[in-house]
Amino acid sequence: MRSLGWIAMNGFRESVRDKVLYNLVAFAILLMGTSYVLGQLTAGQDLKIMKDLGLSAMSIFGLFMAVFIGIGLVSKEVERRSIYNLMAKPIRRYEVVLGKYAGLVLTLAVNVTIMTAALYLVLAYVGWGENESARAAREAPTLDPALLKAVVLILVQLMVVTAIATFFSTFSTPILSAALTFGFYVAGYFSADLRNFDQVVDAKAVQWGARALYYVLPNLAPFDVTAQVVHGLPVSAGYMAVTIGYGLVYIAILLIGGALIFARRDFK
Amino acid sequence: MRRPSRASVFSGLAVVAGLFALAVWLQTLRDGRYALETSDEETLYLSQRATGRVIFTQRPLASDLYWIRAIQYYGSRTKDAKERFDDALDPPPALAEKAPVTFDLLYPLLDITTTLDPRFNIAYRFGAIFLSETYPHGPGRPDQAVALLEKGLAVMPDKWQYWQDIGFVYYWNVHDYAKAADAFKRGAAITGAPWWMQSLAASTLARGGDRSASRLLWQQMYDSANNDYARNAARTKLQQLDAIEIIERLQQVVDEIVRRTGGQVTDWRPLIRAGTIRGIPLDPAGVPYELSSSSRVQLSSHSPLFPLPIEPGSRSGA
Repeated sequence: MRSLGWIAMNGFRESVRDKVLYNLVAFAILLMGTSYVLGQLTAGQDLKIMKDLGLSAMSIFGLFMAVFIGIGLVSKEVERRSIYNLMAKPIRRYEVVLGKYAGLVLTLAVNVTIMTAALYLVLAYVGWGENESARAAREAPTLDPALLKAVVLILVQLMVVTAIATFFSTFSTPILSAALTFGFYVAGYFSADLRNFDQVVDAKAVQWGARALYYVLPNLAPFDVTAQVVHGLPVSAGYMAVTIGYGLVYIAILLIGGALIFARRDFK
Repeated sequence: MRRPSRASVFSGLAVVAGLFALAVWLQTLRDGRYALETSDEETLYLSQRATGRVIFTQRPLASDLYWIRAIQYYGSRTKDAKERFDDALDPPPALAEKAPVTFDLLYPLLDITTTLDPRFNIAYRFGAIFLSETYPHGPGRPDQAVALLEKGLAVMPDKWQYWQDIGFVYYWNVHDYAKAADAFKRGAAITGAPWWMQSLAASTLARGGDRSASRLLWQQMYDSANNDYARNAARTKLQQLDAIEIIERLQQVVDEIVRRTGGQVTDWRPLIRAGTIRGIPLDPAGVPYELSSSSRVQLSSHSPLFPLPIEPGSRSGA
């Protein structure tokens, strides 16, 4: 367990050294810049658009970090031959996979936390001095705590994407891993279409195949509750619990699968 | 670093299989018990347009971009239309084969905006205002305005404000007072609707086309507006009604002078010298009224209130 923590912290330090957190500066500038412009362009919809933009930016920036760092987590060690140094230490192979994954998740969590703080700060600035009638007209409060529900689900979604990237990283090259991870990401957003295949195809075998794929592929669309949160619609605790639970189970599947593959790999 | 035994690999695979079963159960549970609201309209454009696939993961943001595009489109077209409205070389829209400036993309832009985000409240309400405005302030398409609001009602049937807006379009743009009253009545029947919706229905039926009824409608719109844009639009309409009233009063004075002197009055100075008026009369926006060569009092084309709307009563009476 100590070695797992040690690998995770090393991974986190490495990403900080790689200037990954510069991403936050770009995010803050993006939000602040748009806050000045949007009020003039959107006929009073500046807060809605800022929330949409903030949550989307979190998701998009996080996706690129998860994929482009995740795909190199294990394969980079193999390419650099630094895997031999690790193998010489009293560390189990699965600890390498889990430690690397935990390090990147820590980086993503720090990123998302700071981005959330920046989003709330900008929202507070825009909403400051707002009159009572304007406040009453809002679908959701300016500093709506429910935004955190969307943020938490975005983080879990990024954890799933990181797990996909890590899984492919255990046996594939970085380029192929990136392509496969993006493929899974795209498929993850369309998996609901697979469930409804019976509405467009009559063949039973195809319907069953599509239904099976729906359950096997990661379903990423449920993690996106931006529209609900921004419009002040309820996202129940049950929905949150089931969706987070599903994400964690899928992460566990991918990490165990990745660890098993990595454990059987021959580095000679 | 040790490699795992065959037994531990098999037990790992068994765990993965168990977890997959758990994942399937969680998916089924969420789909069955915690399904989020969706709209059937959501696929209207996205299934037909390849671009829809590009923005699939960020629909709320895409709807914002389309909304900004709709506002910019409406703003630029309105500006062009107003500039060309007085151009002697351009035929008036009624005579032209096609209006000199068209708003063809306005409805599709608003439709896509509300398809991407079916709960985009302002897009329905402002969109209906944009669509129903007569040329050069808009395309003059009350049918599309009503269609947009009805689309909103299909998603949010508890929005009495959409019925208020539909009634408004029927009253002000279509001059169908029975349909307007029906819309106000249907809005009034929704839980949470204000008491005055019922009054609007009654006064629309009783005094449809009457200026005082129009003023009541716009005053309610002004009082219930919860953003600056809607409030300013209502204020402009109220000022236009004031301007029409002032023009009617001034015209009576001018007609009296014409009758007495037998000549045309094309300047305010004779009226000021005669003490009939105290100075050059200004419209509610602060721009001087003009006198035509045939002694008709009219609003300056430089006034932000120009052109004045055709009142429901005057059109139906014609």
